[in-house]
Amino acid sequence: MVQASLKAKRDGVGYRTKVPRNVNMENLQNGYLFSEISRCKLQHIEKFPNAKLISLGVGDTTEPLPDIIASSMAEYALALSTPEGYRGYGPEQGYEALRKAIAESFYKDISVKDTEIFVTDGSQCDITRLQLVLGANVTIAVQDPSYPVYQDSSIIIGQAGNYKDEALKCRNIEYMRCSPQNNFFPDLDTTSRADIIFFCSPNNPTGHAATRKQLEKLVEFARNNGSIIIFDSAYASYIMDDSPRSIFEIPGAREVAIEVSSFSKLAGFTGVRLGWTVVPEELLFSNGFPVRNDFDRIVCTCFSGASNIAQAGGLACLSSEGLKATESMVQYYMENARILVDTFTSLGLEVYGGANAPYVWVRFPGSKSWDVFSEILEKTHIITAPGSGFGAGGEEFLRISAYGNRKCILEASRRLGSFFS
Amino acid sequence: MSLLQHLSTSISSSSSAFLVHSNFNSRTKNVSLQAKRNGICKCVAAVPKESQTAYKTNVSRNGNLAKLQAGYLFPEIGRRRAAHLLKYPDAQVISLGIGDTTEPIPEVITSAMGKRSEELSTLEGYSGYGAEQGEKSLRAAIASTFYSNLGIEDDDIFVSDGAKCDISRLQVVFGADVTMAVQDPSYPAYVDSSVIMGQTGQFQKDVLKFESIEYMKCTPENGFFPDLSGVSRTDIIFFCSPNNPTGAAATREQLTQLVKFAKDNGSIIVYDSAYAMYMSEDNPRSIFEIPGAKEVAIETSSFSKYAGFTGVRLGWTVVPKELLFSDGFPVAKDFNRIVCTCFNGASNIAQAGGLACLSPEGLKAMHEVIGFYKENTDIIVETFNSLGFNVYGGKNAPYVWVHFPGRSSWDVFSEILEKTHVVTTPGSGFGPAGEGFVRVSAFGHRSNILEACKRFKQLYK
Repeated sequence: MVQASLKAKRDGVGYRTKVPRNVNMENLQNGYLFSEISRCKLQHIEKFPNAKLISLGVGDTTEPLPDIIASSMAEYALALSTPEGYRGYGPEQGYEALRKAIAESFYKDISVKDTEIFVTDGSQCDITRLQLVLGANVTIAVQDPSYPVYQDSSIIIGQAGNYKDEALKCRNIEYMRCSPQNNFFPDLDTTSRADIIFFCSPNNPTGHAATRKQLEKLVEFARNNGSIIIFDSAYASYIMDDSPRSIFEIPGAREVAIEVSSFSKLAGFTGVRLGWTVVPEELLFSNGFPVRNDFDRIVCTCFSGASNIAQAGGLACLSSEGLKATESMVQYYMENARILVDTFTSLGLEVYGGANAPYVWVRFPGSKSWDVFSEILEKTHIITAPGSGFGAGGEEFLRISAYGNRKCILEASRRLGSFFS
Repeated sequence: MSLLQHLSTSISSSSSAFLVHSNFNSRTKNVSLQAKRNGICKCVAAVPKESQTAYKTNVSRNGNLAKLQAGYLFPEIGRRRAAHLLKYPDAQVISLGIGDTTEPIPEVITSAMGKRSEELSTLEGYSGYGAEQGEKSLRAAIASTFYSNLGIEDDDIFVSDGAKCDISRLQVVFGADVTMAVQDPSYPAYVDSSVIMGQTGQFQKDVLKFESIEYMKCTPENGFFPDLSGVSRTDIIFFCSPNNPTGAAATREQLTQLVKFAKDNGSIIVYDSAYAMYMSEDNPRSIFEIPGAKEVAIETSSFSKYAGFTGVRLGWTVVPKELLFSDGFPVAKDFNRIVCTCFNGASNIAQAGGLACLSPEGLKAMHEVIGFYKENTDIIVETFNSLGFNVYGGKNAPYVWVHFPGRSSWDVFSEILEKTHVVTTPGSGFGPAGEGFVRVSAFGHRSNILEACKRFKQLYK
């Protein structure tokens, strides 16, 4: 009888509270993209239990951490059992030593102060924290295609309004198309003003790293419109040419931009959880109030700091030995990317990205991306990411992640080669 | 210099000094404590003169954040502590303010975290993104350790980086259009997160309350349990037991009343059980011990105060499948969506520690550390009792709630700090019904607790 009543409750037939569901949550059309992809993966495994599935969908790092980083974290963890080594609550903004090391490693010549850096448990979390700062009454612009969290978090916080059309575009979001035709940089002359502009470079999913000229245009656009750029530089360490690695390399950016970054892809910390956000002192709301103060308030009230063990790992990453080791890991993944780019190119397909980012963006003209995704999964047992999951501008495209063991990447290339020829 | 020393918290890197020590000088002046009205310190940064000519964006500041009266309570305490240290650089300051654990983590737990860390550098042991809801083994261990026989299943449990963070995530689920009730006094994150979400109106300076929040007074007169017959209906009811800051542990009867109240009103209880393991008496440790609670309650908890994980960061929230919004939609589905979109899971190393905490050896070790802090609490209770104070709490929680009738709690806080160099927490920081009380935390090295009590005896003899 207990079972029956439990089932009844699961079907929503049981007692209901009188608490109205958050309308914003209703506005989220589907599950989160990467959860959906994981679901497809599980279904496929059930259907083909003996298939050797290769995951090039979710951009999940695969290579073990360098020894120096892992052992630093182990040492720190063990020391927590000693009176001298025990630490309780750390500063919510992160330990000063780590903030200083981040400033020194990534912002040395562009004068970002350690006091402008907030250490966190990762960019995905920071984007929501930023949305909490900004509130429901701001408008946003996103690249199209873009990392789904910008749009999803915007819907959740109540900025985005309802979906207005079949292409799953939100009423109140300005979509900045980024396609091969415009060199993956939006035509800002035809872009309407939005309070907040989310911009990711190197880009997830297209792989494009914006040039200095493009970022100068972006900063100018923001300045002219009094907008704030939220610049996602999570893949900056994958830049192989001299494209800017930080928005703050652009003069004037300090007064119009926030930068969000992460140790996830830099150091394989996808499970360890560590990132940072830079909010410059000069960044002010229209009434002159410093944005940094409000971000600090959110960080102190809605967060309790990144795990101290993860922070110890971060510090080890930024030692000279650590930087060398993480650099090799990045090179390893970029070699994977080159292999994938070569594979698709040799098959006569239109290939983008893969040069400054660990993502390869392949075009299948006239196709629906979920169809291509399904076909590839069914016939080659390779998981990719359908472009439309990143926005209407991603339809016809497939994102292939270069995160994988070399053997898997080579095997995937072989299978794709067979399938497409 | 070892990594440990590199990463060490020094006074200057503590949150209290984070903004004060910036180069943005004129703001520093404004942050210092100025207007003290009605016992509240207004520590809101005003717009500095310089920025009146500086470039400003056209982005309006979020009105909700402007409603917050001051900084979050505990960084404020930290700021006062830092300022005091500057004034008395040789003082042996003892911190019984912020409830921060001080004793080392048992080895069975840290060695598991050390092992997991090392494994991450091996092919077999490396893992990337984990399930956002937490590792299956940990969810199962939490279910069996804390909720066995209560009908809570593994997948009702969401592992997180702590209760404070979960409270905000729950608020994001609920959105701006719900009403909420809190105990008065209560842990400040409930009210503050509500203000940030836009659920409240303005702060009313005459009564020191936010419009639209229902404050449920908890005082010695009502045994620290609200008179529910006088409480208006709200969508959400935050309830913490054992209570921070009063230390009160609700009885089975009281919680049965609370669940009935929620059921009659169609409300959702957010039950904070972060201190449940400090319970000495026979009171319920989980809201789900009360029949019918699964249809009306969410429970949030934490490893912070059990395992000394305040810096390691690990907690959990239980959202039963039976909990439904008014349209029948399961709350757990929306919480899951938030967890997947606004969060990426607790650190895998912290989760390995959590699993070790829940092994038989780990549980035994945690009970020992908890026992140690409870002994501290006894010492503090005895001290204030012997000085003739009315003392509350301390039996079922690591907090002692001391009454200073007729006095402003910030004044008492300052007096104690100035005269004994001991940091406490003023009761009004937890709500207007906290006025006249001071919270003394029992987290500390035994020698510091004894020394602090010695100083209290001297001051108030």
